[in-house]
Amino acid sequence: MSAPMATDYAAAFARLARPQEPQWLQAIRESAMERFLELGFPTLRQEEWKYTKVEFARKKTFEAASSSSNGLTADQLAQLTFGNLECARLVFVNGHYSRELSSLRELSSRIRVQSLAEALQENPERLKPHLARYAGYQDHAFVALNTAFLQDGAFVHVPEGKRIQQPIHLLFVSTAPGEATASHPRNLIVVDDNSQATILESYVGLGPGSYFTNLVTEIEVGENANLDHYKLKLEDEEAFHIATLQIHQGRSSKVRTFDVTLGGGLTRNEVNGVLDGEGAECALDGLYLASGGQHVDNHTRLEHAKPHCDSREVYKGILDGRATGVFHGRIVVQPAAQKTDSKQTNNNLLLSDDAVINTKPQLEIYADDVKCTHGATVGQLDEDALFYLRSRGIGATTARSLLIYAFATQVTEGIRVEAARAAVSEHLFSWLPQGQLIKEAV
Amino acid sequence: MLEVKNLCVKAAGQEILRGVNLSVKAGEVHSIMGPNGSGKSTLAQVLAGRDSYEITAGEVTFQGQDLLELAPEDRARQGVFLAFQYPVEIPGVSNTYFLRASLNAIRKARGEEEISAMDFLGLVREKMALLKMDESLISRPVNEGFSGGEKKRNEVFQMAVLEPCLAIMDETDSGLDIDALKIVAEGVNRLRDENRAFIVVTHYQRLLDHIVPDYVHVLSAGRIIRTGDSSLARELEEKGYSWLTEGNSEVVTSGEAV
Repeated sequence: MSAPMATDYAAAFARLARPQEPQWLQAIRESAMERFLELGFPTLRQEEWKYTKVEFARKKTFEAASSSSNGLTADQLAQLTFGNLECARLVFVNGHYSRELSSLRELSSRIRVQSLAEALQENPERLKPHLARYAGYQDHAFVALNTAFLQDGAFVHVPEGKRIQQPIHLLFVSTAPGEATASHPRNLIVVDDNSQATILESYVGLGPGSYFTNLVTEIEVGENANLDHYKLKLEDEEAFHIATLQIHQGRSSKVRTFDVTLGGGLTRNEVNGVLDGEGAECALDGLYLASGGQHVDNHTRLEHAKPHCDSREVYKGILDGRATGVFHGRIVVQPAAQKTDSKQTNNNLLLSDDAVINTKPQLEIYADDVKCTHGATVGQLDEDALFYLRSRGIGATTARSLLIYAFATQVTEGIRVEAARAAVSEHLFSWLPQGQLIKEAV
Repeated sequence: MLEVKNLCVKAAGQEILRGVNLSVKAGEVHSIMGPNGSGKSTLAQVLAGRDSYEITAGEVTFQGQDLLELAPEDRARQGVFLAFQYPVEIPGVSNTYFLRASLNAIRKARGEEEISAMDFLGLVREKMALLKMDESLISRPVNEGFSGGEKKRNEVFQMAVLEPCLAIMDETDSGLDIDALKIVAEGVNRLRDENRAFIVVTHYQRLLDHIVPDYVHVLSAGRIIRTGDSSLARELEEKGYSWLTEGNSEVVTSGEAV
C-alpha cells in the first residue's frame, strides 16, 4: 500500500453516482479502482516515470469538476473552433458534455457521435466490446484512475464502409474555476472495416487554474480502415494534463496521429499503438513547445504484433527558459512480426542554457527479418545557418525565429486539416519573438 | 571603398591573419589567391561579420565606416555580400521567402519601399535566367538537396538579385564544372560596373580566365606576400606557390602596384 493521498479517491469512488449501470461496467470500475489503490501514483523510481514528477497528484486536493458550463458563450467558443470550422463537434466543459455548445448537424446518418455518458445510458451494449479493452489499467495508475471514475467523454462510431471527409472535433474546455478540480475524460473511437475518418481532439484552458485533466482515449481501427487523429493541447500554464491514447489496428489499416503540446504546466502524453493485423501502417508525429517552467513528457509505445507492418515516428521539441522535456519512444517487434519496417526520430532544439531534455529511443526486437532505425538529436540553433541568414541582411532576432519556425514546420506541414495547421502556426507566431514578421513573410 | 589595415585575426587561439593590408576601390576586382590554410576564407568571413573569430589588431573601414563594429546584417544592408564557400542548407525556409526578406531588409536600410510580389517575381525570373537556373529551385527550401554546383549558382543568383556594393566570393569556383564556371563568371561579369567592387577568393587560376581581375594578391601564412596584375595568377598556375613562400616572408609588389 502506498503513501496516503491528499484526495481520498476511495471515498470519492464510494460516492460515485452510477445510475443503472450495467454489471460489466461496474466490474471494470471496481477492478480498476482496486488496481489504482494497489499501484498508487508512480514515483521517479519507476523507469517509465523517471523524469516526470507527479507529486501534485499525491499532494494536491482535487475536487470533481462541476458540470455547469460556467457561462461559456458561443462567442468564446468561436475562438476555439478553428475559425468556426464546419464539422461535427462535441464540446465538453470541465469534462462534462454540453449539448447546447455542441453541433452535430454536419453529420450524415449512421455515424454515431455522442457523449459517452449518453451512449452508456442509451445502449451500453454498444460499448461493451470496446470500452476498457485496449487501454490497460493493470500497470498504469492514471489509466486505472480514469477507468474507475470514467463518466463522460466522446463516443464516435464510424460504421463499415463509411468515409467522412470533414474532421470530427472533440473540444475539451477547462474554464479554470477557483479551486483545483480534476476531470477524467474518456473517449472511445471505433472505426469499422473499410471506413475513414479524421478526429481532432483539442484541450484548451480558459484563464489561470491548476486543474487536472486525466484523459484516456481508446481507438479501434478495423481492417482497411483509415484514421487521422490530431490532438492539440493549449492548456493553462498551471494545469496538469496526463493522457493515454491507446490505438488498436486491424489488418491493412492506416493510422496517423499527430500530437501537439503548446501549453500546460505539466503534460504527460502517452501514445500507444498495437499493429495487430498484417500490412497495417502507422505514423506517429508530434511537436512540443515549452518555456518558463513547463514540463512536457511524451511517451510512445508501438507494438508490431503481425508481419509486414510499417511505422514512422517523428517527434520534435522546442524548449526555452527552464522548461524540461522527456521523449521516450519504444518500439517492440514481436517474434511474429517479420518484415517490420520501422523508423523513429526525435529532434530537440534547446533555446536556453537551462532548458533540459531527456530523450530515449528504444527498440526491442524479437523477430529476425526486420528493418528498424531510430535516432535522437539535441541541439541549439545552427550557428552557420544563423550567420548565413544575417549575412543576407536578416536581423538576428528574425533569423533565430525563422530557424525555429522552420524546425517546427518540418513536422507541422504533415497536419492535413488546414484549419488546425493554421492554428498551430498562429500559436508559433505568437510564441516566437518577432513572430508577426515571420507570419507576414512566410 | 574598403580599407583593410594590419588586420590580425585569431581562431581558437591560433593566429590566422597576421597583418593583412588591402585597399579596394569602387569598380575594381581583386583576387586573393593562396595555398590551403593561408587565411583566405577567414578574411572573407571576417569581412562579412562572422563572430567566431577574434580580431586582435587592425581596422577595416568600408565606405568610411568602421566595418568591424557592424553586425553581419548591418554590413549586408550597407552593401557587403559574401558568396559562401559552403552555402548552408536551411530546411523549412523557402528560397523565395529568404531572398525577399533579404532584399526588403536591404531596401529598407536604403530608405526604399518594399518590393511588390509581382516585381520580385519578375526580378527573380530575370536573374534565374541569367544564371541558367531551374525555376523550381526558387520554391525549394534554401539550398536543401541542391547539388554542389546548384548551391554555388544560388549564391551568385542571390548576389545578382541583391546587387551589393562589395561582393566577396569565397571559392565560388570550387566544385564547378567548366560550363557552370562560365555561367557563374558571366553572372559576375554582368554585375561589374564602376560602383561595385569584387574580392574573388580562389584557389585556382582558371576562374580568373573568365573573371579577369585588376589585382591579384597572394595570401600566405596570414599575410599578403605578393600583389600583381592578372599575369601573376598565370605565373602562379605555372610555378605554384612555393617560389613565393620559400624563405620569403617579405611583402613583394610587382606589376601595377596598389
